[in-house]
Amino acid sequence: MTTKPDLAVKIAGLHLKNPVMTASGTFGFGKEYAPFVDLNQLGAIVVKGTTLNPRLGNAGRRLVETPAGMLNSIGLENPGVEHFIAHELPNLKKFAVPVIVNISGHSIDEYRELAAILDIDGVAAVEVNISCPNVREGGLVFGTDCASAGSVVRAVRRATGRTVIAKLSPNVTDIVSIAKAVADAGADALSLINTLLGMAIDIRTRRPKLGNIVGGLSGPAVKPVALRLVWQVAKAVPLPIIGMGGIMTGEDAVEFLLAGATAVAVGTANFVNPRATLEVAEGIGQYLCENNLSSVQEIIGALN
Amino acid sequence: MWQGRTRLLAQNTLPCDVRQMVLEAPELVNLAKAGQFVHVRCGDDYDPLLRRPISINRLDPVQGRLTLLYKIMGHGTEQLSRYGAGDYVDIMGPLGTGFALQGEKPLLIGGGLGIAPLLALADALAPRTVTMVMGARNAAGLICHDDFADVCGGLHVATNDGSAGYGGHAPVLAEELFARHGHDMIYACGPVPMLRYIQQMSARLAIPCQLSLEEFMACGVGACLGCTCQPAGEGAPYKKVCTDGPVFWSGEVILHDH
Repeated sequence: MTTKPDLAVKIAGLHLKNPVMTASGTFGFGKEYAPFVDLNQLGAIVVKGTTLNPRLGNAGRRLVETPAGMLNSIGLENPGVEHFIAHELPNLKKFAVPVIVNISGHSIDEYRELAAILDIDGVAAVEVNISCPNVREGGLVFGTDCASAGSVVRAVRRATGRTVIAKLSPNVTDIVSIAKAVADAGADALSLINTLLGMAIDIRTRRPKLGNIVGGLSGPAVKPVALRLVWQVAKAVPLPIIGMGGIMTGEDAVEFLLAGATAVAVGTANFVNPRATLEVAEGIGQYLCENNLSSVQEIIGALN
Repeated sequence: MWQGRTRLLAQNTLPCDVRQMVLEAPELVNLAKAGQFVHVRCGDDYDPLLRRPISINRLDPVQGRLTLLYKIMGHGTEQLSRYGAGDYVDIMGPLGTGFALQGEKPLLIGGGLGIAPLLALADALAPRTVTMVMGARNAAGLICHDDFADVCGGLHVATNDGSAGYGGHAPVLAEELFARHGHDMIYACGPVPMLRYIQQMSARLAIPCQLSLEEFMACGVGACLGCTCQPAGEGAPYKKVCTDGPVFWSGEVILHDH
């Protein structure tokens, strides 16, 4: 095949020049990786999880390397939405790339307020992180309960004209029911998956290695789990899926696309190879060429 | 910032499981300053997954070479030690904020492998008269002794067991030197208890002091927020060791053991 394959995909209202996005929390606000990556070549940039007020994040050790993976317990450290709009968004607007803001709240009101504040020029979508903290009433994690997951997404949906993406947790018994709940609540797309809860122990001191005791596992170690979840949800829910979890190469990304993801996000791989996003996009293109396919659309959900 | 595969010119075995790598990386060397670090991939597979941050031990801008020192601590550094001359190693850098070069009579204090970034610093501080205090558990652990002897106006040695030089801890020896020499700047790198002692000493003597810290890192570029360090001052955001540091002013940070 002589012509370059068409890598463009559409996620609800978002037009991506290729299916490769950055996973929230692994790419800062873009500028951190600008020395290594031409940001204009990314499908989309998903920025660090943003909250209404600045958050300091967790104390103590935040990172532990594990076999083919890592645990993190950053604790949503971020400068807050106002700082983001004043100091990070202007720089991001210079690039011809959709900017997606990952949002987290302590309450449904906070999610609603964040979505409303971010319903502005330069923000293409919000990615609703319901795979993180506690509800104000205490105890329940939003993303592990269909009713609360739906309530958050419904509130965000009402507050914004932007594309609404729900980022789901793998730490649930039945992800399909959560996916259906957020779809019914008005989500335009799904991000699958957030990190898997895990822990590591120092047997010398007999203490947990992470300051927060538990943290989120990411990296190649989680890829089979992520792939399975994407496949399960893709079969059951008619929303576009952004697949993520341990994608290191173009081949990894192709697996997610075959499983039914419309786009993919590269996370932990950025830490290993700062050019991972671009190399994953190139790898997808190469796979298409090798298989005489003219468009990435031909492999989305094309599992035999 | 630069990232790519660089040619390993030599990998030398030093005492106490320490290895010295000499790499050919002219683009990186041109950009690098004393106190900065490089982020090194230990192998090609996924275990270990993350890069290892290693401080720049020495820069040779004329030949475009840099020297790294590391100790074999685990799986990653063990893999790194298997590279041989002629192999290519994936590194990125220079990363982080290096040392501020100031003072007329700087005193450098290095404990154990904490001496590593201080050699590049001693080079950079020339032609000032640099005094170095190096500490180790015993005489065998005095890494780069002769290199420091070449570039420092004064070199003092402390060993915990007294097998070479002063018998005791390096900062205690350093404190004795202050009374005699009137140093006007302190730079230190080494174990956290040593750095904490030096923090207090610099405050007591009212002499500016910079510390080079070590932390577990993932990205190395300020994106993942994994390598934080507690700032002095209530409610201030955490400092990132990778970009705000690894070199900090002594009063900026509160040091914790791991």
